[in-house]
Amino acid sequence: MFHRESGYYKTTYKGDMALYPLPVGRWSVALIGVLFLVIVPLFLDPYYLSILCLIAIAIVGALGLNILLGYTGQISIGHAAFMSVGAYTAANLITKLDWPFWLAVPSGGIMAAAIGVLVGIPSLRIKGLYLAIATLAAQFIIEWVINHTPAISGGVQASIEVPRPVVFGETLDREIELYYFLMAFAVIAIVATMNLVRSRVGRAFIAIRDQDIAAEIIGINVFRYKLYAFAISSFYAGVAGVLYTYYLSIANYEQFLIVVSIDYLAMVIIGGLGSVLGSVFGAIFVTLLPVVIRIFMDTFGAFFFDPVILAQVTAQFRLILFGALIMFFLVVEPEGLNRLWLNIRNYFRIWPFSY
Amino acid sequence: MADFHWGFFLELVVSGVLIGLMYSLIALGFVLIYKSTDAINFAQGEFVMIAGIIVGACMASYGLPLWLAIALSVGFMVVFNVGLERTVLRPMIGRPIVAIIMATIGLAALLRGAGPFFFGSGTRALNLPIDDAPIIIGDHFIYLNPIHLLGAVAAVLFLLGFGWFFLKSRKGVAMRAVADSHQVSMAMGINVQRYFALAWVMAGVVAALGGVIWGSLLGVDTQLAVIGLKVFPVVILGGLDSIVGVIVGGIIVGVVENLAAGYLDPMVGGGTKDFTPYVLMILMLMFKPYGLFGKPIIERI
Repeated sequence: MFHRESGYYKTTYKGDMALYPLPVGRWSVALIGVLFLVIVPLFLDPYYLSILCLIAIAIVGALGLNILLGYTGQISIGHAAFMSVGAYTAANLITKLDWPFWLAVPSGGIMAAAIGVLVGIPSLRIKGLYLAIATLAAQFIIEWVINHTPAISGGVQASIEVPRPVVFGETLDREIELYYFLMAFAVIAIVATMNLVRSRVGRAFIAIRDQDIAAEIIGINVFRYKLYAFAISSFYAGVAGVLYTYYLSIANYEQFLIVVSIDYLAMVIIGGLGSVLGSVFGAIFVTLLPVVIRIFMDTFGAFFFDPVILAQVTAQFRLILFGALIMFFLVVEPEGLNRLWLNIRNYFRIWPFSY
Repeated sequence: MADFHWGFFLELVVSGVLIGLMYSLIALGFVLIYKSTDAINFAQGEFVMIAGIIVGACMASYGLPLWLAIALSVGFMVVFNVGLERTVLRPMIGRPIVAIIMATIGLAALLRGAGPFFFGSGTRALNLPIDDAPIIIGDHFIYLNPIHLLGAVAAVLFLLGFGWFFLKSRKGVAMRAVADSHQVSMAMGINVQRYFALAWVMAGVVAALGGVIWGSLLGVDTQLAVIGLKVFPVVILGGLDSIVGVIVGGIIVGVVENLAAGYLDPMVGGGTKDFTPYVLMILMLMFKPYGLFGKPIIERI
């Protein structure tokens, strides 16, 4: 509708390889960038900014899981556990050694990646269900270890208080500063993933997902690339865990229970497996869902339910909707929100002359 | 160990075996579905929970007698599972296994929300009409919980029944054929879809029974679903598609976690019960991924 794809000639390899080869793509990305970096923070009140912060964290985590599940086809039900590894590593480094954020964030990621590789080692022998159960076991074992090792968990109630990050001598204690901080990481994660999946490594991942025996035959070292996938995915998870810790100012293992792993699985499925944009959609959708339900229940819930049990009903309603949505998307639209978006876009690409 | 008491050890082992058999009962539902439809059910614990909640709600809120409550619960599970098979699992036949796993994870979330949503979220007691004074055996004072005993007996009966069903009965043989190859069984004139539904129905019935037994032990609320997490070590240890494996795996898990709770907990401060079965399971996955009695799968392009 707004643009035609004809008439743009790519005369260099660089032009052909660009992330957004068409001007309309570049313009829309710039527009979204301006919207979220300039306009939204100016006009939104702190409550909605805090939701955007959560979305930014969720984007990082969801991208990590999508690399593993959507691109490499290895299921993990232990994503939240890797997040907790990152969170506690960083929390200990920050409180005990006084490390700044630019050291704490990557080291949390690297620690999570190391544990992720450890969990990924069985993935050569086992797959599908067996891998799902092995990662589920990893979730429980990591949870238990953190909870029962005072050296990691800080002892009292397994939680460590963490000071706000300091960037260029400025303590980020306002919501809007934190928003920019987290958004920066989300953007880095998005760009890194977009480039990763079209690199040699990313293509190897996709080959393994589609048929791992065939991938091995054409010369991909399946074991090594599966471990890469686990490492990269857990690195993202670790970083998301550190960011969440910074956001909450506390590292607490209860923020990283198996329910959170399932939230991330839901993000990736609802958003769209094997798509960067899908992870973003999924992160937004799953983070907003409880907010929308809460607002709805606050407004209309009193008509249907006793106010005493309203909070409980809201939580239960969220779970029901959540499970139903996962099943719905898997049965009806396996490619998720990303496919819906593509359908809309393709419809309007040739609109109104669609013949 | 200076203060090693044989009586204590024996008690742990015996009650471990009984609890293990009750785990087997729940794991049986999982294996039934896997064996015949190749689908992985991560919501088995939630089935048990919802069945237990229905029995509890029928008895507490509507004052129905126990047998009627159980019958209603079984009926609900049958209808629900047939509907589930129709609407969710059947369209997903032939899709990657990961997709089916995630669908049942979604189902688990849905049931966890729906149970308390429709039946109230308080914990209800589910009292079976049996004396719950512990049974004392021998002069070593081994205490047995009669509910454990009842659960174990029911589990063994069910397991024997299903063993007979799969080995001897016509329907059971057809079901194994369906599990082996959908296409070949169709060519042999077996109505594959009907057997899929039958498998889910049987899993629902087993779950309802498990819900009654575990519910009477632990009380009925959403926490009952946590039992489902014990299913995985059991089936991995025993082998995914073996009924004998379910029994053996269940007993191993029950005994190991009881011994861990008895001997390791005082040393490390609790919680070993929940994760020792998983450690055992990971060791099994590393050395013998198809379990003690499972059938290895050979993969071709």
